Amino acid sequence: MPILTVEKLTKSFGGLTAVSNVNMHLDEGELVGLIGPNGAGKTTVFNLLTGVYKPSSGTVTLERDGKSQVISGQKPYHICKLGMSRTFQNIRLFKDLTVLDNVRIAMNKDIRYGLPSAFLHLPSYQREEKRVRDASIELLKLMKLEEKKDELAKNLPYGEQRHLEIARAMATNPVVLLLDEPAAGMNPAETAQLTELIAWIRENYHLTILLIEHDMSLVMKICQRIYVLDYGMVIADGTPEEIRNNQQVIEAYLGEDVNDA
Amino acid sequence: MKISGKTLGQSAAFRKLVGALVIYAVIQILLATGLLSDYYFATIVTIGINVILAVSLNLITGFTGQFSLGHAGFMSIGAYFCAFITLRVEGIPGFLLGILVGGCAAALVGVLVGLPTLRLRGDYLAIATLGMAEIIRIIFQNIKITNGAAGLSNLPQYVNWPWLFLFIAAVVALTVNFLHSSPGRACIAIREDEIAAEAMGINTTRYKVTAFIIGAFCAGVAGALYATYFPRIKPDTFGFMKSVDILVIVVFGGLGSITGSILGAIVLGLISMFLSSYTELRMVLYALLLVIIMIFRPQGLMGSRELSLALMKRAGDHLMGLFRKKEKEGRV
Repeated sequence: MPILTVEKLTKSFGGLTAVSNVNMHLDEGELVGLIGPNGAGKTTVFNLLTGVYKPSSGTVTLERDGKSQVISGQKPYHICKLGMSRTFQNIRLFKDLTVLDNVRIAMNKDIRYGLPSAFLHLPSYQREEKRVRDASIELLKLMKLEEKKDELAKNLPYGEQRHLEIARAMATNPVVLLLDEPAAGMNPAETAQLTELIAWIRENYHLTILLIEHDMSLVMKICQRIYVLDYGMVIADGTPEEIRNNQQVIEAYLGEDVNDA
Repeated sequence: MKISGKTLGQSAAFRKLVGALVIYAVIQILLATGLLSDYYFATIVTIGINVILAVSLNLITGFTGQFSLGHAGFMSIGAYFCAFITLRVEGIPGFLLGILVGGCAAALVGVLVGLPTLRLRGDYLAIATLGMAEIIRIIFQNIKITNGAAGLSNLPQYVNWPWLFLFIAAVVALTVNFLHSSPGRACIAIREDEIAAEAMGINTTRYKVTAFIIGAFCAGVAGALYATYFPRIKPDTFGFMKSVDILVIVVFGGLGSITGSILGAIVLGLISMFLSSYTELRMVLYALLLVIIMIFRPQGLMGSRELSLALMKRAGDHLMGLFRKKEKEGRV
């Protein structure tokens, strides 16, 4: 059963159609890759799915607890509340805040106390803050960031910042997780470690994951299905094996007249 | 009694309480024994009102990252509405009711200005608040009930040191509590990265408006305190320059530091008190001092850090280190 359905999604900026007629679906618990050459529109698709951009046409439907909701055109915070979370291609952490605060902030939407309690630190505040703190530390343990919880996010090494972004996205308690180039800038050893981590998260948290990635070793290893985007259109979809041998995909990546070169 | 595993004497909240009470007692004794004259008390009231204004503007600008240029407008609404009440209702009930009404009226105007402009990203708020403050000033200057440019006079005076201290402590404590709660963290997240905050489920408009309303309310309270200490208020007092003054305190103390705002208000208040005997040169020297301070500490006195005992100890060690080094060099 598809948990996320994308139908005829189109986005144009003035005369430029960045994404056109994209149809996709994610089944529950699936790990799907979204690949394509630079400028193919992958991040635009993410921005459309998470509400940063409003689609020119087309719909996105998210299934949760047996209810299906049209999320296209909604505000980003609302889409997040409905159960979709993301990371960013160029890391967007709250740089001058601590690692712990970065994760706690993502739990804001589930906080069950109001302004009076925030001002006066009533018992409901104490109870909820303890719950949020414990849950955050649990997530940081998972990402092996627990010891750095009091450091500023900007002082973490690059790879750990990427991990923190994933921890923060998971803190919103999503059903669908969108990862925008999680391995960008990592060395092969770090990438291998991240690959395992993503697979582990998906299994243990029953998440559905859509990931954009340029690192083919990661994509081919863990994705069950792959969509290939070129000039804003889906030119192929299928298992990693099918994609590897797809003539159109090879042409998109390497140029058309490969044999003549 | 134990708080989070520490005994009461060690808890940070307890230390802060003791510190505040010591400051209160010292000034109370100085006033009671007559060592601090009425002239100096007027300076203390001005500084105290500026502390409230600066802390509340810091919540909007330093913590939530929304640039507001109309804080004096909210202050004037608080002052006038409070004056209307205290001129009609006598005694302490009138005083307290006036402060409440002043704060609420300012908060209401905050909603009206904040809702349309805070939905947008960018500096629209600065323009809108600038315009709002001017509109308010011109309205007060031209309607009968506020007695035009001459303003209201013969206002009953209630503010003494205990009342002033109570209101400063309440505003500071409630603001600090708010910043250490989930809604407060949401506000800070908006300052850090609005797009990321929204993607993490934070309704950015709601929290920006919340911070703005809290700030406006506190500015209204500060205005009400002004109108219950000084016997006369007039529209000129709350002009654009007053808004800039408050902003200067916040930037000088450090954007995103509550103790910075408090220190900023005190230091700048003292500087202008000492300069008041050089009437002609006063503004020149004041400006010069600001320029020099901003050259050497562009992040403000405190940056975004808070003053704490640990920080003071470190600064002390650092100074002692410098001193010893000098001594050594002198010997060689």
